[in-house]
Amino acid sequence: MADTSTRLLDGPRGPKPKSNFSRRNIMLYGTLLLVAVYYAIPLYVMIVTSLKGLPEIRMGNIFSPPMEVTFEPWAKAWGSACTGLNCEGLSAYFWNSVKITVPSVIASIIIASVNGYALANWRFKGANVFFTILIFGAFIPYQVMLYPIVIMLREMGLYGDLSGLIIVHTIFGMPILTLLFRNYFTSLPEELFKAARVDGAGFWGIYFRVLLPMSLPIFTVAVILQVTGIWNDFLFGVVYTGPDAYPMTVALNNIVNTTQGVTEYNVNMAATILTALVPLSIYFVSGKLFVRGIAAGAVKG
Amino acid sequence: MTLVESSISIRDLDLRFGNVEVLKGLNLDIGVGEFLVLLGSSGCGKSTLLNCIAGLLDVSDGQIYIGDKNVTWAEPSERGIGMVFQSYALYPQMTVEGNLSFGLKNARMSKAEIKQRVSRAAEILQIEPLLDRKPAALSGGQRQRVAIGRALVRDAEVFLFDEPLSNLDAKLRADLRVEIKKLHSRLGNTMVYVTHDQIEAMTLADRIAIMKGGQIMQLASPNEIYNRPKNLYVAEFIGSPSMNFIKGTLEDNRFVAEGLTIPMEGYTFAEGSRRSGAAIIGLRPEHILTGDNLASAVARAEAKVSLVEPMGSDTIIYANLGQHPIHIRMDGQASVAPGDMVEIGFQPARANLFDPQSENRL
Repeated sequence: MADTSTRLLDGPRGPKPKSNFSRRNIMLYGTLLLVAVYYAIPLYVMIVTSLKGLPEIRMGNIFSPPMEVTFEPWAKAWGSACTGLNCEGLSAYFWNSVKITVPSVIASIIIASVNGYALANWRFKGANVFFTILIFGAFIPYQVMLYPIVIMLREMGLYGDLSGLIIVHTIFGMPILTLLFRNYFTSLPEELFKAARVDGAGFWGIYFRVLLPMSLPIFTVAVILQVTGIWNDFLFGVVYTGPDAYPMTVALNNIVNTTQGVTEYNVNMAATILTALVPLSIYFVSGKLFVRGIAAGAVKG
Repeated sequence: MTLVESSISIRDLDLRFGNVEVLKGLNLDIGVGEFLVLLGSSGCGKSTLLNCIAGLLDVSDGQIYIGDKNVTWAEPSERGIGMVFQSYALYPQMTVEGNLSFGLKNARMSKAEIKQRVSRAAEILQIEPLLDRKPAALSGGQRQRVAIGRALVRDAEVFLFDEPLSNLDAKLRADLRVEIKKLHSRLGNTMVYVTHDQIEAMTLADRIAIMKGGQIMQLASPNEIYNRPKNLYVAEFIGSPSMNFIKGTLEDNRFVAEGLTIPMEGYTFAEGSRRSGAAIIGLRPEHILTGDNLASAVARAEAKVSLVEPMGSDTIIYANLGQHPIHIRMDGQASVAPGDMVEIGFQPARANLFDPQSENRL
């Protein structure tokens, strides 16, 4: 029998060679790099500026790295920057924001996930009407409802208080979160729900023991959406709370807009980064789950 | 069948989704220990009927009895049923043991009892080594065993299967089919099995209910369904390759079509049916005789072969009988080529006659 290798002729053989520097790759990575740089530059400028002293900033080279690194602006932003007459820095307001964000994120996610579950799996009477109203709610501009809510909170005695703001955040998170959870739960196989019913699990049994354990991705998405949304909120914070209960974003605005003496750019930059740190770190910790959850929730409408 | 014996009794069942009638005045009695297969093409309402029996769908009208209890309004878990789904529907975050015991825990059964039932089910299904695994770490066949086990531990009177083998490959499907049949003879429960696969239906069923458009077209033993289909739909649906149909007329106990006459001696007419007029004859490909078998034929004819499909065990040939296209199942070793003339023979006793108007058997 003839040696099989003699049957191979010259020409392509085996895996197709790939070039790392093909035109396509250069275009692709070039574009990605460009966009990345575009978005990274402002962050770079902020960090660099926050580490410089004021004299160095006045020299005007905003892109150059600090000649003398100082953390004083950070300390000042956190501890002693003035918001109006009050010179306590952001620290007190940071805790306000935590006290607002944590309960409203938890409450809104618990309520919305149960809503979404009921809408997806238990076709109760009026479910469609309820859902339509919710979706409609997602498209109403917040500004329309500002003043009516002020009156409502005042009547309930919650105006100017943290709890009032928590309630408002919880309610306004409802439409989008319910939609998110409903879509996720509809994308889960219906037979799982049926099997659990045959196994004698009730409304809460199915929710807690069958669906919840397989819903980590969508809960991550909800947490990220709500933490960023509520932490970054300025409008509701400034309208529904008093000076003692202002969230961090309002305090940041007051620091930046304070018009006494010189504008301390380094302190402003440090304060802004400090304020943005919470949502930013959440992204870094759970970014992968976020992408997965977004995809999972979007499959079925 | 008297009602005392029946395990499931469905009486005048209606189901509507909005204006769409899925099930119309359906009546069905299933005997204790019977293996009933609901067979039909997709959209015929067979799965819907099963979901109604399980209590997963609210019926629009009518009643459902399981045992001698009216369960029309009962929750699925109160009906004494176990159900196996096509997609297995195992709880992904629980181990196999967790999956098996979930229903028992919901019923607040004692730990010792749960343990005993789970180990019994695991033993019957030979899944003991898998008890600590998660469903993701199981193969398709193992998953379906666990799904059957979940029904088994409930000690249910009635097992409901919703196309349980459709997601498996051909080999595994055949294996599990045999296992389900063994399980039935071992347990003796009533089983209702939904499928669109006629081989599953023929092999498993004590009786088959063929459904179309939310109604039962024929409810009979596999043997009767195959040999004496009640109407054209059933005749066409059962059998692969399907039955040949030729239009013609009945006169003087003979079937006459263009260029073809078949004496109908030995054919058993349905009770009270007419013996003359327009008719359709149905001939199964395997009941058309060729070669050595021709000796037992009552009538013969010649057909011209147009296409040959060898399948190993047998060969399907497509041929023209005059201008009527027919297909014939021949022995696998027969040597025929397109263009050949083959002599074929008919057995009137195994033929089927239908009324072209009502489509019912004559």
